[in-house]
Amino acid sequence: MAREMLKGNVAIAEAAVRAGCEAYFGYPITPQTELLEYMSSRMVELGRVFLQAESEVAAINMVYGAACAGVQVMTSSSSPGISLMQEGLSYIAGSEVPCVIVDVMRGGPGLGNILPSQSDYFQVTKSAGHGDFHPIVLAPASVQEAIDFTMLAFELAQKYRHIVIIAADGQIGQMMEPAELPPMKDYPLPRPNWALTGANGREKNVITSLYLNADEEEAFNNRLQKKLALIRSVEQRSDEFATDDAELLVVGYGTAGRIAMSAVQLAREKGLKVGLFRPQTLYPFPEQRLSELAEQVDMCLVVEMNAGQMIEDVRLAVKDSIPVEFYGRMGGNIPMPDELLRVIERYYAYSAVLA
Amino acid sequence: MTIDIIPIEHMQVVYDRPEALACNHTHYCPGCTHSIAHRLVAEAIDELGLREQTILVAPVGCSVFAYNYFTVDGCEAAHGRAPAMATGIKRVSPDKTVITYQGDGDLASIGIAEIIHAAARGEKITTIFVNNAIYGMTGGQMAPTTLPNQKTTSSPSGRDIASTGAPLKISELLAQIDGAVYVVRRSLHDVKHIRQAKKAILTALKVQQAGLGFGLVELLSTCPTNWGMTPVDAMHWVETAMMPYFPLGDYKIADSVHKLG
Repeated sequence: MAREMLKGNVAIAEAAVRAGCEAYFGYPITPQTELLEYMSSRMVELGRVFLQAESEVAAINMVYGAACAGVQVMTSSSSPGISLMQEGLSYIAGSEVPCVIVDVMRGGPGLGNILPSQSDYFQVTKSAGHGDFHPIVLAPASVQEAIDFTMLAFELAQKYRHIVIIAADGQIGQMMEPAELPPMKDYPLPRPNWALTGANGREKNVITSLYLNADEEEAFNNRLQKKLALIRSVEQRSDEFATDDAELLVVGYGTAGRIAMSAVQLAREKGLKVGLFRPQTLYPFPEQRLSELAEQVDMCLVVEMNAGQMIEDVRLAVKDSIPVEFYGRMGGNIPMPDELLRVIERYYAYSAVLA
Repeated sequence: MTIDIIPIEHMQVVYDRPEALACNHTHYCPGCTHSIAHRLVAEAIDELGLREQTILVAPVGCSVFAYNYFTVDGCEAAHGRAPAMATGIKRVSPDKTVITYQGDGDLASIGIAEIIHAAARGEKITTIFVNNAIYGMTGGQMAPTTLPNQKTTSSPSGRDIASTGAPLKISELLAQIDGAVYVVRRSLHDVKHIRQAKKAILTALKVQQAGLGFGLVELLSTCPTNWGMTPVDAMHWVETAMMPYFPLGDYKIADSVHKLG
């Protein structure tokens, strides 16, 4: 497969097709609409299911239904739309059926704006709906990674019968850059034995999130927590750059992580011992590797396009062993490399004093 | 007078539990017509030989456990979202028979958008709409179908239509939608009407089998517990109070359905 110029939203859509997505349900919202538009022709061309729902509420419940029927299914939206999907996400988590959700995050709260943001970190990693659950959350920092993580998302969803959210920001969704798409996977997967396919020659299958009995509900929750513990132990993913001798560790994901990479390179050119740690999974947060790095660096500088959300997970990971500082931009503003370099220089000097 | 005793081996079974109905105690209150509605749906599934290919979407409300009372595959939707969930199932499994079973709070209030758009898309699903003019499971609050001046726990002085609006007539509303090809209202208050309801459910399932479009059977039903009536009085109230406001009838029978015979 050759590299080609691809827009993030379109790349995610085509990657989903190649991963074996059998059904897509969605609702238009900027800045993810190209994804829905692409699916509207591509899925139909392949004889697969595409449906534009009447709302995000309906879209996520269509996803829920298709997931119960045992197919690989996806929806995509952006922040306000994800808020509307939270009810369905909770039911899906409570029923343990697999699905893939793409959140091309924009500025908030409220209607906010349509510019890139990371202000839904809490929403996707910690409060995707009522009840005790976390989706698996993947945060791409390039169009290529958006493709790779879409493929991974379908695998993880099936493997754990769980929700996987691709948390892209508007920048990832809207930008074009060269990337390579993988070949088409075998299609379709056989329907799993737990799926609703009609009680033909077997006992009936029931998929529900309702357990009126306290002990049954607790037993279900224990099972769910055991699954999340397994996910935390084996699915943490991260990328890093120049961490070997780093004294200051910049931590950022998605677009912020990518720009931080440029800033760290500029800092290195100036001879500053600065490294980058870029979480690729936001849930599970890559705390194992970060806690190792915390033993060798003097300070962490968290960079996000929000008011400081992932910083809470960074603090939990480093357990107060080193100072954790923050730099964020909001409202759809994206930090520039030279802007971040100035911040890095300031904290670098401060960390040298502390050391 | 002599009585002929028929040996048991010569007896004929004339009334039995349908195969599609599970051998379970239900949690429904005495006199509630959900049990009748369940039996009719199960009989219709059996008569059309659909049990092994049916998927039932249960609502939130008194019939939340409907999936426990049938022997077909089933799932539990969020409140009002059964038509969306059924859409997802049917679109990826067009050869299956997909039924939503919903009450009036679920369908006519919180789920009004989902039912209207499922009908508008002509989803090839069947909705059994149980209208008893009240929220049963939460203990008898006002529903969109609660009658004018009807007392409920959230309209203790009687429903004041000046402030709460008039009851929604769902069958009339959905009949306006092109994608809805079969929309009828029946009642479960006596034997004659129960037989008519059964026939309508059979037709609705045949409409789905033939892939004609969206079908809905509204069933006027009782809630003796929350109406504060005996089961017999509740049956009488359906006839005397509900039927004048919610007239029985065929609100939409598309030409394609007529052709089914």
